[in-house]
Amino acid sequence: MADIHPAGTGSRIIRWIDYRLPFVGMLQHELYEYPTPRNLSYWWNFGSLAGIMLVVLIVTGIVLAMQYTPHADYAFDSVERIMRDVNFGWMLRYAHMNGASMFFAIVYIHLFRGLYYGSYKQPRELLWILGVVILVLMIATAFMGYVLPWGQMSYWAATVITNLFSAIPWVGQSIVTLLWGGFTVGNPTLNRFYALHYLLPFVIVAVVLLHLIALHRFGSNNPLGIDVKGPQDSLPFHPYFTIKDLFGLSVFLLIYAFFVFYAPNFLGSSDNYIPANPMQTPNHIVPEWYLLPYYAILRSVPNKLLGVIMAFGSIFLLFIVPWLDTSPVRSARFRPIYKWVFWLLVIDVIALGWVGANPPEGLVVTVGQIATFYYFVHFLILFPVIGKVEQPRPLPVSIGTAVLRHSEGAQLGTAGAPMVKP
Amino acid sequence: MLNLLSAALLIAAVFAAPLPSNAAEETPPLPRQEWSFFGIFGTYDRASAQRGFQVYKEVCSACHPVKHLFSRDLAELGYSEDEVKAIAASYQVTDGPNDQGEMYQRPGRPSDPIPGPFPNDQAARVANNGALPPDLSMIAKARDGGPDFVFGLLTGYKDPPPGFKLLTGMSYNEYFPGQQIAMPPPLSDGAVTFADGTPATVPQMAHDVVTFLTWAAEPNLEPRHRTGFKVMLFLVIAAGIFYAAKRKIWSTAH
Amino acid sequence: MADLAHQNVTGAHSGETRRDFLILTASAIGAVGVAATIWPFIDSLNPARDTLALATSEVDIGPVQVGQRLTVAWRGKPVFIDHRTPEEIKAAEGVDVSSLRDPQADSARVKKPEWLVIIGVCTHLGCIPLGQKAGDDRGPYGGWFCPCHGSIYDTSGRIRQGPAPLNLVVPPYEFTGDTMIKIG
Repeated sequence: MADIHPAGTGSRIIRWIDYRLPFVGMLQHELYEYPTPRNLSYWWNFGSLAGIMLVVLIVTGIVLAMQYTPHADYAFDSVERIMRDVNFGWMLRYAHMNGASMFFAIVYIHLFRGLYYGSYKQPRELLWILGVVILVLMIATAFMGYVLPWGQMSYWAATVITNLFSAIPWVGQSIVTLLWGGFTVGNPTLNRFYALHYLLPFVIVAVVLLHLIALHRFGSNNPLGIDVKGPQDSLPFHPYFTIKDLFGLSVFLLIYAFFVFYAPNFLGSSDNYIPANPMQTPNHIVPEWYLLPYYAILRSVPNKLLGVIMAFGSIFLLFIVPWLDTSPVRSARFRPIYKWVFWLLVIDVIALGWVGANPPEGLVVTVGQIATFYYFVHFLILFPVIGKVEQPRPLPVSIGTAVLRHSEGAQLGTAGAPMVKP
Repeated sequence: MLNLLSAALLIAAVFAAPLPSNAAEETPPLPRQEWSFFGIFGTYDRASAQRGFQVYKEVCSACHPVKHLFSRDLAELGYSEDEVKAIAASYQVTDGPNDQGEMYQRPGRPSDPIPGPFPNDQAARVANNGALPPDLSMIAKARDGGPDFVFGLLTGYKDPPPGFKLLTGMSYNEYFPGQQIAMPPPLSDGAVTFADGTPATVPQMAHDVVTFLTWAAEPNLEPRHRTGFKVMLFLVIAAGIFYAAKRKIWSTAH
Repeated sequence: MADLAHQNVTGAHSGETRRDFLILTASAIGAVGVAATIWPFIDSLNPARDTLALATSEVDIGPVQVGQRLTVAWRGKPVFIDHRTPEEIKAAEGVDVSSLRDPQADSARVKKPEWLVIIGVCTHLGCIPLGQKAGDDRGPYGGWFCPCHGSIYDTSGRIRQGPAPLNLVVPPYEFTGDTMIKIG
């Protein structure tokens, strides 16, 4: 199986290439043989789903870019032309805009999976950090992409978010003017956002490749959080996980297709179907759902500069998670306290999303402040403290024995003694 | 698994929960209408859309443009090629410059956009007491509540409640945010005579023009629903086959 | 034990064929899915509906006098409409077709002999030949003359001299009335 010269039709050409550029052999090892922990659950499908969504967004984006006009006077109309006159234009546009939402949903689940199972812990710290870099690039890309249709929300979200930089002391306003290329968000801003929106996804591709290289250095984590000790603990990626990923993909595509074909505007804002009007602000400026928690944190802090710092900080905090967590054990399955505290974070982030979606009045403000406070407490205090204080449950000897015991119990209906593996 | 379910339910509940509001005047909840295009099998009732176009042409187009609609698009509503040409030709369209360097008017062609009543926004404001009648080609998608909102607005004119401060030139409307709108009630019973004999009551005209306007905002709804059905069906079958293959491949794993 | 082994062998065998069938089906479904997905991307590059709407032009040729030539735009290209004089028609019809570089009888290039409708793009390298305006050089055959490389066309728009390989192209058109033609 370590044969880097596959036999079969066309293999002479492949051998000729592979001898000079060992690409095929490398792919063979990394995609086919790659030893994967045999106990991965469906929570491990989300990485490949994210990769696929990146490709979908790039391909739909390129085809849309062929029809889109990045000028303030024409952008909105060019998008409508895509929706109405371009063959399948409506499908490509809806696929692209809902694809962005799906991409974030997948990446957030992927991230929380990492937090729960300790996938960020040694030796995968850099893998985690690269993931956070990808998240930051995604946020930048999505923000700029949303400006391109030049609707009301496009224009005003651009105005609000670029204005954040004016909070920086001394140079803030100069930076904002630099970003705008003018005295307000306008055509120069649109053009540069278009150029960057086209560029950044390819930067994301490069970081994803680094992310995969880092992953393959030590292999995937697994629900038990214990290391793979030998071939009895793992299975080759192909065919076991290729088919599992394919199945997961088809289920995900069902959800994606439902949004694209039956509820394409559900996740968006109706205000963005109004052409941008610099003289009139919409009643409620709201970002897309995947940016709501950061928006909530921003608004929850009464001080402008501090709000900006904490909003950006909430993301940058993720970079140091591997060093904030002091637990000797990876997976929350064996962490009796953290197991429940994790869900508090999930609820907190959802609450922040709700806060971001609603006008900052009354109950919304109170919840926002509590939720923001808890978010930082969770990472800066609970992470280090719980790791030190809690008593982890005993870990299984190995993945193989744990899996066998599970399957034995299922087959024989008894909790038999673990079979000794030769 | 239970935790996942709880998380999903929590998300749904949180975002669906109505927020207690401190607003002095509440917009009442929009009455939900029966629309032919509603739901996953929805389609546009062509007869209703044609009546709606007639309402647009005879009532609304005096102030509101539909700049994203071309005369040729009307063919999708069931008009014949000749009818479309006739409708297009009923409009005068600015073309040019000609060889003398002048812009000139000519009858419209199907490839022309349906021209609006005013040459620009400023002219529109002058003719409407400073208010700008919005373009209607996207209106059904550009307002929260969509078609129900537009219907509610068209039928929601009534006398203001006692004590309500109505500014000059404004009309009271139940569903418009702020409850006062610069547009006077555009529809009245019998304002239009429908070719198919349908009685032109205000709710009927509102229903038909909303069908037309929803089509104008979302002309590809029907191909979208049709393709969606095929895609979902394919994916359900694919998921089933992939699951069976997965089970089979994994059966030798343990 | 032998029975069990035997059962395992046959079980494994039918299991394998079922697995192969499933894999075959799964692969086939995957391939169909991918193919069906690719088509919209490619088709979106085809002319959009607004471009197609401009694919035909209707021209009123009533005002064009005998001997006059009109240029109209069609699909971004110039179309020459020539209301030919009887002399021009005679000259066009009287040519020995087999002597032409691109043999084509005049009758094959017109629907009504007094109207010649041709695309005004030289078949050599795409310049627009002269001959539409009064005072233009029409070349020795009274047709059109391309100034770029000297291609010469006759009163039927056929290539007679110069580097162009083919006659000026006749676009698809029809008479929708006595004096109305629809091009495209």
